Amino acid sequence: MDNGSVAQEKVVKKRKKHGLTGVEEHNLLDQPPLNDPQKRALIDRILSANQDKPGSTMIILNEIQGQLGYVSQPVQEYVALRLNLPASVIHGVVTFYSFFTTQPRGNHTVKFCMGTACYVGGTPQLIDKARQIYNIEVGETTQDGNVTLEICRCVGSCSQAPVVVIDESMYGRIRPSKIGALFNKTIKPLEG
Amino acid sequence: MPVINSLSELLQLQDQVISKQREEMGSEQFQGWGKEKYAPQALAADQELDAPGGKEIRVVLKNCTLIDPENIEHYIMEDGYQALATVVTQMTPEQVIDTVGRSGLRGRGGAGFPTSRKWQLTRNSKDTPKYVICNADEGDPGAFMNRRVLEGDPHSVLEGMAIAAYAIGASQGYIYCRAEYPVAVRTLNIAIQQARELGLLGRPLFNSDFVFDIELRMGAGAFVCGEETALIASIEGQRGSPRPRPPFPAVAGLWGKPTNINNVETYANVPQIILTGPEWFAGLGTEKSKGTKTFALAGDVKHTGLIEVPFGITLREIVFDVGEGIKNNKAFKAIQTGGPMGGCLPSAYLDLPVDYESLTQAGSMMGSGGMIVMDEDTCMVDIARFFMEFIQDESCGKCTPCRVGTHAMLEILTRICEGKGEHGDIEELERLCNITRKHSLCGLGQGAPNPVASTLKHFRHEYEAHIYEKRCPARVCRSLITVNIIPEKCTGCDFCAHNCPIGAISGERRKVHVIDPDLCVRCGICLQTCNFFAIVTTTGERVN
Repeated sequence: MDNGSVAQEKVVKKRKKHGLTGVEEHNLLDQPPLNDPQKRALIDRILSANQDKPGSTMIILNEIQGQLGYVSQPVQEYVALRLNLPASVIHGVVTFYSFFTTQPRGNHTVKFCMGTACYVGGTPQLIDKARQIYNIEVGETTQDGNVTLEICRCVGSCSQAPVVVIDESMYGRIRPSKIGALFNKTIKPLEG
Repeated sequence: MPVINSLSELLQLQDQVISKQREEMGSEQFQGWGKEKYAPQALAADQELDAPGGKEIRVVLKNCTLIDPENIEHYIMEDGYQALATVVTQMTPEQVIDTVGRSGLRGRGGAGFPTSRKWQLTRNSKDTPKYVICNADEGDPGAFMNRRVLEGDPHSVLEGMAIAAYAIGASQGYIYCRAEYPVAVRTLNIAIQQARELGLLGRPLFNSDFVFDIELRMGAGAFVCGEETALIASIEGQRGSPRPRPPFPAVAGLWGKPTNINNVETYANVPQIILTGPEWFAGLGTEKSKGTKTFALAGDVKHTGLIEVPFGITLREIVFDVGEGIKNNKAFKAIQTGGPMGGCLPSAYLDLPVDYESLTQAGSMMGSGGMIVMDEDTCMVDIARFFMEFIQDESCGKCTPCRVGTHAMLEILTRICEGKGEHGDIEELERLCNITRKHSLCGLGQGAPNPVASTLKHFRHEYEAHIYEKRCPARVCRSLITVNIIPEKCTGCDFCAHNCPIGAISGERRKVHVIDPDLCVRCGICLQTCNFFAIVTTTGERVN
């Protein structure tokens, strides 16, 4: 049973009835990141390339998360408008899946794998060390916006436990006494 | 490359590719791709997949590491796509289903449902269009078998899906791959593209009217999307909430149409079953569990990595022969099988033959094949809490027994680990396990109690020590341990103080160091870094 098209028709009717389409869109386009023409163009490209595919919501949100780096509230509402879906549906999908973030991350993301093998292999101690080095909690970004610490689900490199993912690269068999050196090697501090 | 239109053209291409390889390598070096010759070198550099050990039989992992997954010619060289050609040109769909049935293949995703029966049910559904889905959302922590096959031999999965599509009458397939596997996503995209270029996907196959194409869809970090109805919802662009069954996907699945959904490994077995014959496959394994299974061995064993063995091998053989025993010569404590909804089995079960029935009877399950070995320094209450935390976080929230039941169990387990366990906690845990198992909508909630139930069954004394004595026997739970430096052994090297994340250790160089118990968070880093065995943990003295 396809609920999508029924929901779409209702939303389009309601918006037309209340004359909302122009007003909503105008307000959204004033907010970041949509007020940045390059970012808006990127989102529009992703939408037009994918909106006619069945199940397009997931594809579009995955692309926006991958290329823009986050799916904040104005972006969610904009996508909802373009797809003729209620904003609550888009918001529901974004908040369900852990890969979607609503805020930008730091320049560098450090993810600690919390799979069973890594947990047993010593991830908690790595996290202790990283919290000391960067003086932030897991889930936070440093004040200068350079580093975000996160935990992630099992990445499937269990024989290399414990695993740390820094940006797109995976590092295995890390010891707490060696993690500082790893950060120095892979994370450039901000200039100035 | 010319498009392939028949089995003979496929065999011709295979001959051409083999001759080209022979020329490039020199005919003395090339001995039928020389797996015997090249395997040791290729596999020596591989940290996950060694040369096959004595007890292994590689079916699904046959080509991994030994072929270039981004070159379809290598797959063709290894008899690739000949099974599909045979199926389409020489067999009826009913014959295909019968062949798979005679092999005894059961779903490798965890439930072990007979594959041919699922295909038959989907074939029987009259509604169209029909779909074939590959569940590549390998979310079990500790499982990475599917990842290896997708990265190392993607065409085996594509071919298996195409054969399934022919059997059930589908023309469109989807692979749902988790976003945490970017290399697998890349390899699959390349493989699909190359298969299309060779005319093996997306156009009438081998001069028949059977057309099949495959599209890749990515997950976005939700464990529950490994459950088949939640996966279907995710492809449809929705939140990954499971749906009640019946109706089963074979009757009404993706967009309400008949859908066959199988695991990566299930599909990867199919081409070889067709080519080598179902009797060969049925000759491996046990009476009810035929064939081989890949396992991902991780945790406290010396040899971690992937293995593929026939069903019937014992846990003892897996841990001590293939796994080479426990690291650092510590004692074996438990082996966790079946992912977060599986159970922990102690040493009394080491002689259990591994197959679907015996693992379930023992209170665990096969799951997708992840096996995590735990040594004597593991706290089983902490492990139960760890799994419950994972399950609670990944629960979709739709049904009350799971959403509230897991939350309540986690709250109790956390209190116990923090030294705040109370009389009645164990009984309440058992009551909640019962409710959550019986009334949850999907396998996640139904299996959520398993880690708690199995650790309660086999390690009840640990729970009782935590609650009644405020003691953690394995000395893991941070609220129940104290870390001390033994003065007689301390050399004052300062290494521990240097690595302490809190600055709780003080002492002058070459003088005995001391840990401030009020600052210490009992993380255990100093213990790991001390080279003189001068740091020990004790338990039962205070609750922090």
